[in-house]
Amino acid sequence: MNRIDHVFARAREQGRKLLIPYITAGDGGAGFSGQVLQALVAHGADIIELGMPFSDPMADGPVIQKACERALAAGMNLHGVLDLVRQFRRSDQRTPLVLMGYLNPIWRYGLQAFATDAATAGVDALLIVDAPPEESADIHAVLQPLDLHQIMLAAPTSSDQRLQLISGVAGGFVYYVALKGVTGAASLDGAAMAAPVARLRRYTSLPIAVGFGIKNAADAAAVAEHADAVVIGSALVQALAECQQQQVDAVAVVADFMGPLRAALDQYSKVTAAMS
Amino acid sequence: MWRFADAVAGQGAVSVPDAHGHFGDYGGSYVSETLMTALQELTGQYQRWRHDPGFMAEFARDLKHYVGRPSPIYVAERLTEHVGGARILLKREDLNHTGAHKINNTVGQALLAKYAGKQRVIAETGAGQHGVASATVAARLGMKCVVYMGEVDIQRQSINVFRMRLLGAEVRSVDSGSKTLKDAMNEALRDWITNVDDTFYIIGTVAGPHPYPMLVRDFNSVVGREAREQMLSDHGCLPDALVACVGGGSNALGLFHAFVNDKDVDIYGVEAGGDGIESGQHAASLVGGRPGVLHGSKTYLLDNDDGQITETHSISAGLDYPGVGPEHAWLKDSGRASYVSVTDTETMTAFHQLTRLEGILPALESAHAIAYGMRLAATMRPDQTVLINLSGRGDKDVQTVATLEGIKL
Repeated sequence: MNRIDHVFARAREQGRKLLIPYITAGDGGAGFSGQVLQALVAHGADIIELGMPFSDPMADGPVIQKACERALAAGMNLHGVLDLVRQFRRSDQRTPLVLMGYLNPIWRYGLQAFATDAATAGVDALLIVDAPPEESADIHAVLQPLDLHQIMLAAPTSSDQRLQLISGVAGGFVYYVALKGVTGAASLDGAAMAAPVARLRRYTSLPIAVGFGIKNAADAAAVAEHADAVVIGSALVQALAECQQQQVDAVAVVADFMGPLRAALDQYSKVTAAMS
Repeated sequence: MWRFADAVAGQGAVSVPDAHGHFGDYGGSYVSETLMTALQELTGQYQRWRHDPGFMAEFARDLKHYVGRPSPIYVAERLTEHVGGARILLKREDLNHTGAHKINNTVGQALLAKYAGKQRVIAETGAGQHGVASATVAARLGMKCVVYMGEVDIQRQSINVFRMRLLGAEVRSVDSGSKTLKDAMNEALRDWITNVDDTFYIIGTVAGPHPYPMLVRDFNSVVGREAREQMLSDHGCLPDALVACVGGGSNALGLFHAFVNDKDVDIYGVEAGGDGIESGQHAASLVGGRPGVLHGSKTYLLDNDDGQITETHSISAGLDYPGVGPEHAWLKDSGRASYVSVTDTETMTAFHQLTRLEGILPALESAHAIAYGMRLAATMRPDQTVLINLSGRGDKDVQTVATLEGIKL
């Protein structure tokens, strides 16, 4: 069973809301990313999205653009991303990993080769930002036999017809983009998530994660009232960027960052994180 | 009649692109979900209005009275004599309002924006010609206009930046990545993702996600339709060869499109060879690149072995782009068009020759086409003709040329 399905099934039993942090692989160097991954799990991450840096991340805001630039300057590439995954899996067989990025680097590696290597390394899903359902037939055909999910985005602009199309391709969970905007864009209204999440549930029985524009524990709590999982990216990447500059211990930064988020989500759990 | 489309399909007539914007293996809509509905709405609207007599009449009227069409075909006698081969003809898109072919497309897309009730338009620009053309149509229709332009391009095209500001547009400097056209396009896409409800994105070339490659081609195809009629009526024959420069490829497709089924007409697209293909310092995606996915479509592009898009080099800001329109990728693979490159040095020579021999100062983009057109004409007979698309005028490049040649203005 894919780790993602397992984690969501267990969360459903426990009434637990999942926390999905995002980091850009190689931002701060591969060693730094390795440390951060472990610290994220230690401080309450249920699933991790690992960004595959790309030179032209057209759906990302300035924070993740800069993280991509730093990671690429530090020599990160898809081989390096898979190395990070393998290294992580030596000590963690349980936490699902989603690789998030853009199509061209995957294409250059070779879609089939990359998917095979990713599955072997211990990746659970791919989220390819610039592959909407219309362009996903080839990808789907390659991922499915490997038990890799394709995480699909749904947006406020997606019509009912498109939601149906998306749910036909999606595996693992559906990632609802809370804002019309790029990653890290301004202020999300958590309360306003009720209607769109309910609409999305009419088309999919998969769990729903909400991301884009969630900056702090209050945002996360508001979103978790409606969604099954909360994705937090740019705010974490920003905190890690500052910690690189100031040479503060990454583990401490992750602990400070994740603590309030975890607590906020656990308000909605029937059992607390401590008991799980 | 031999039809290119039939030959490619090997069966009945096909139309390109298909319903999802694919030109053979190329094109498509590789964008974030947030934009998909907007793109599909635009496709639907465009399919409706392109058959709407009112819309098409308004477009034709604007092309005639605002752009100044038709643009003439000029016989470059002294250039022909200098080369000593085929007769060289120039399609004078440089004589259009705002000085380049770009206005054909922006007039068309601005009309789409108007019909769609959008009050804000955005555009990306490299050389600034598309930015100026977008600012121009926005001023005319009273729309708010934001133009994204790379920091490097803002430096080298300062005259066009000032023109845009005079026209009331806001020019936003883009300092990410290589700070040129590709980064400006990323930033414009990000703006559109954010403001998709009230904003129309006027893409300046035949690249980007469906329906843009088709729509920009269609709006520019007036160049080739006119040229074909002018050749038949004024010269009694079709040209033996067409030559146009290719960055994203809009002026080239504009010229080529009407001739694609004329199998006796050879078609040449000229890419920016920079310091030479072997130097790696160039912007020739079709000649020196390979298929990949960039800015919403599958096409030829320039990237490294990790699939990261590489920085390009060209003397001309308008060609300094690592991708190319997907229809060109398809024309290349099918063999209907040939793609070649000329270097910065050859381009500068052609720039001066056309200026001195014909009294026409070409844009540096168009000077690439002139350079290859001269090279090609030299290999042909005097009873043959080469039609070159003189896609823009060079006033904007005066500063660049002076700097390159160490002249202080």
